[in-house]
Amino acid sequence: MEVESMYREIILDHYRHPHNKGLREPYDAQVHHVNPLCGDEVTLRVALKDAAGEAAVADVSYDALGCSISQASASVMTEAVIGKTVREAMDISGAFLELMQSRGAAEPDEDLLGDAVAFEGVAKYPARIKCALLGWMAWKDATAQALEGSAGAALRSSGEQT
Amino acid sequence: MTATSTPTGQAGPASAGARPFDVTAIRADFPILGRTVRGGRPLVYLDSGATSHKPRQVLDAERDFYTMHNSAAHRGAHLLGEEATDAYEGARARVAAFIGADPGEIVFTKSATEALNLVAYAMSNAATAGPQAQRFRVGPGDEVLVTEMEHHANLVPWQQLCQRTGATLRWFGVTRDGRLDLSRADDLVTDRTRLVAVTHQSNVTGTIPPVAQIAALARARGALVVADGAQSVPHRPVDVTALGADFLAFSAHKMLGPSGIGVLWGRRELLEAMPPFISGGSMIEVVRMEGSTFLPPPERFEAGVPAAAQAAGLAAACDYLDALGMENVAAHEEALTAHALDALGAIPGVRILGPLTTEQRGGAVSFTVDEVHPHDVGQVLDELGIAVRANHHCAWPLHRALGTAASTRATFYVYNTHDEVDALVEGVRQTQRFFS
Repeated sequence: MEVESMYREIILDHYRHPHNKGLREPYDAQVHHVNPLCGDEVTLRVALKDAAGEAAVADVSYDALGCSISQASASVMTEAVIGKTVREAMDISGAFLELMQSRGAAEPDEDLLGDAVAFEGVAKYPARIKCALLGWMAWKDATAQALEGSAGAALRSSGEQT
Repeated sequence: MTATSTPTGQAGPASAGARPFDVTAIRADFPILGRTVRGGRPLVYLDSGATSHKPRQVLDAERDFYTMHNSAAHRGAHLLGEEATDAYEGARARVAAFIGADPGEIVFTKSATEALNLVAYAMSNAATAGPQAQRFRVGPGDEVLVTEMEHHANLVPWQQLCQRTGATLRWFGVTRDGRLDLSRADDLVTDRTRLVAVTHQSNVTGTIPPVAQIAALARARGALVVADGAQSVPHRPVDVTALGADFLAFSAHKMLGPSGIGVLWGRRELLEAMPPFISGGSMIEVVRMEGSTFLPPPERFEAGVPAAAQAAGLAAACDYLDALGMENVAAHEEALTAHALDALGAIPGVRILGPLTTEQRGGAVSFTVDEVHPHDVGQVLDELGIAVRANHHCAWPLHRALGTAASTRATFYVYNTHDEVDALVEGVRQTQRFFS
């Protein structure tokens, strides 16, 4: 089936065995995002750390209800951003957003995106793009809140540059 | 003139008069059913509950209006204006005949959603309208009663009305099998109840609530009754004189008609006393800089240039459906629904939401598949050319009450076949295999 171009094995793997699922302590910000079309939801926590004077992603954990694409995408996102500086993670997030908005015409940067490149096929199905973005948008929002919050104060000088 | 449809069935299906319900002949009237979808597969359209397809008779009626009679109804001092007005008012009479109403009780809106909002906003506008609008006033201490089964279109406007006026929103719950729970009716319908809004057929479970019974309880307390007919009027005979309700809302696009036009039916004496919702041209009597007076209904509620082409299309849709016979339409859908309930219900891991028999149940079959999210079910079905809806179908509270976030929904109409039900069932099995 053509649909297998979307449901790549790596996506189904992440769906069946999600990484970093289950909310963890400590965290600097928590957000709750909903896809109003289908009611899918994600609660996501971000913990930041200082990495040589720059804000970095110490941890991301989440709890989510949703379809295979939204679940797998959240799992892949955590793998992609944990351990990166916020600046690097935002670059990856930006590249993923661009890939999703490409309608399948982009040539994704595999070095930058890692497993997230598997979502290339999703971009051909406009109805599913919101599913793929749910976790990423929640992470972006939580990270912005963490940078603004008291926990991010110490990192603010570097965080504002991202 | 040709744009004005008549109740004689001239725009009816080509099959009319041959066999009572010849689905092959009916399908030939729907050009879109001839196209293919992903992978060159034939289209299996099971999403008529969201919007129905249009037969060429309806398309022709709209085209004929634009080709021959296009003009602003109720305005032009010329022949085309007269013809446009005839088409529009002819459509009003045609729709009235379709539901057993008087033409003066038919208000054209842009949608069923707008029709429901019209009543809700008229009620808050009643606070500052004259004494004749007393009946519509609600405020602190008053209650508006809805149900947990409603489409958001018949829920959110009442939430908003309560927010604007200080009235209290209350609701009937649903039972585990997706029926309306009337066990607390005596507690819910009281002298404080000013309005009851209830669906005439659930867009998720197909459940047909006892609207006449609820309306009798409500009217005994002096409450107004609004029925959401978006899923009933297209699918079975509806006669407003037997309905018991004071208002009925429905939309053209779900009943083979064009998008962009809906209907509010209201009892004449209520429409006469009701203040306007949207104001502007066409709805005024006299306008001075200091203020204006308004026309009687239905014009009072139809500000702006009327959607005459869409009205002509809706009239043709009424002709088409009446030529088939609404009893026959209902029987056809009941057979498809029974087939789907049996065959889907027999698949291990599939749970059907709502009633499991066709008793007091229309042709919407929503279901969940264990371990597979509705989006994923819908995606695989789409790959097979089967169009369904996969989310909460604008009835989020109902899904919550039935213990799920979302579902996959198949809905049936005049052009659907038993082979298409079989395709759906096989598609669901294939989905399970894919995700196992």
